[in-house]
Amino acid sequence: MPFQVLIVDDSKLARMAIAKAMNNLHPDWTRVEAPNADEAIALARQQHFDIALLDFNMPGRDGLELAAELRDLHPGISLAVISANHQTEIVNQAHDVGAIFLSKPLTEKALGQFLVQVQQSKGQP
Amino acid sequence: MSDQSRLALGDLQIDALTELVNIGVSRAAASLRELVNQQVFLSVPRVTLVSRAEAIEILGTSEDKGLVAVHQIFEGDITGRALLIFPEINSLELVRAVTGGALPLEDIIELEQEALAETGNIILNGCLATIANMLHRSLKMSLPEILRGHGKDLFNLAPPPEAGDVVLFLYINFAVRERDIRGYIAMLMDMPSLEALRGLLDEFIERTAGGMAPEVNAPA
Repeated sequence: MPFQVLIVDDSKLARMAIAKAMNNLHPDWTRVEAPNADEAIALARQQHFDIALLDFNMPGRDGLELAAELRDLHPGISLAVISANHQTEIVNQAHDVGAIFLSKPLTEKALGQFLVQVQQSKGQP
Repeated sequence: MSDQSRLALGDLQIDALTELVNIGVSRAAASLRELVNQQVFLSVPRVTLVSRAEAIEILGTSEDKGLVAVHQIFEGDITGRALLIFPEINSLELVRAVTGGALPLEDIIELEQEALAETGNIILNGCLATIANMLHRSLKMSLPEILRGHGKDLFNLAPPPEAGDVVLFLYINFAVRERDIRGYIAMLMDMPSLEALRGLLDEFIERTAGGMAPEVNAPA
C-alpha cells in the first residue's frame, strides 16, 4: 500500500532533493511538502500521514518540536529528523520523541534504509 | 547590466547557498560541542548578498562599538576572505562560554586570542569546507588571524579590494552555556569569484534536485 509522506524543510532545494530521492525509491507514494512547522501541523490536522521527514534547523519551531507535535496528532507516524548537527543532545532528543536521526545532506541510500525499517515496522515487506 | 542585477543571485541559488552554510555551521556546532563539552546552538537565520559598501554600512548601523574578527583567506575556484565578526563586547563572553566561565579575568584575557582563533577556525572551516565539498571543489585556507576595528577597517584589508567586490553576509546566532552571542560571517569576494560561485551553485542544484520540478502546489 502506498504511504503518505510529509516532507518539511524551510529550504525549497532540500525539499526538491528529498522529493527526488523519494520519487526514485517509491514513485507511487504520495508526497506532501511544507516549509515550516506551522504549515506542517495545519496539513497534519487535515490528512493522515504515515511518515514525516523533518529538517531539524528551521525558523520558528525546529524539527524536534514538530516531531513531538506530529507524534501527538498521529501516534503511529514514523518520524525522521534530518540534520548535519549530530550533537549527542540532538540525536538523543530525536530518539526521545521516537524519531530516527538522519544526517544531512540526506543520501538516497540512507533514506532508503529508513524507509525499509518503516515498512518492516508497519508490517509490510 | 546594472550593478544591482550583477549582484543578484536567483532565489534557488540563494536557497542552495543558505542550505550549504546551514549544513556547514551545523557541522561546526557539532565540532564545537566536542571542544566545550556542552550543547552548542549555532544557526544562520539569514543570508544576504551585498556590496562591500553595504556590508560596512550594516555593521556601522547595528554595531557602534568596536568589532573583533577572525580572518582567513580562501583560495581556489572561488577566492576571497572569510571573516567571523563579533561585537568586541561579545568576544570575552564568547571566550567565557567556550572555556566554561570558571577562569579568572586575567586568564580569560590571556586566552582570548587563542580561543577566538580556535572557535573562528572551526566555524569558518566548517562553512567553507562544506561549501567546497558540496560544490565538488577544493579551497585552500590560510591560518586564522584576529583583527580588531570597525566595519570599514575589516573590509579594507590590504591588498586593496576591487571596486566590484561583493560580500556574502550571514547573520549567525551562537549560544552555549546560557550565553547568547550574536555575530556575522562575511565572505568577501570579487566578481569573477561570484560568477564562479553562481556556476557551481547551478551545477549543485542540478545534481541535487535535477529533473525534479518544484511541486505545483508546493510553497515557494
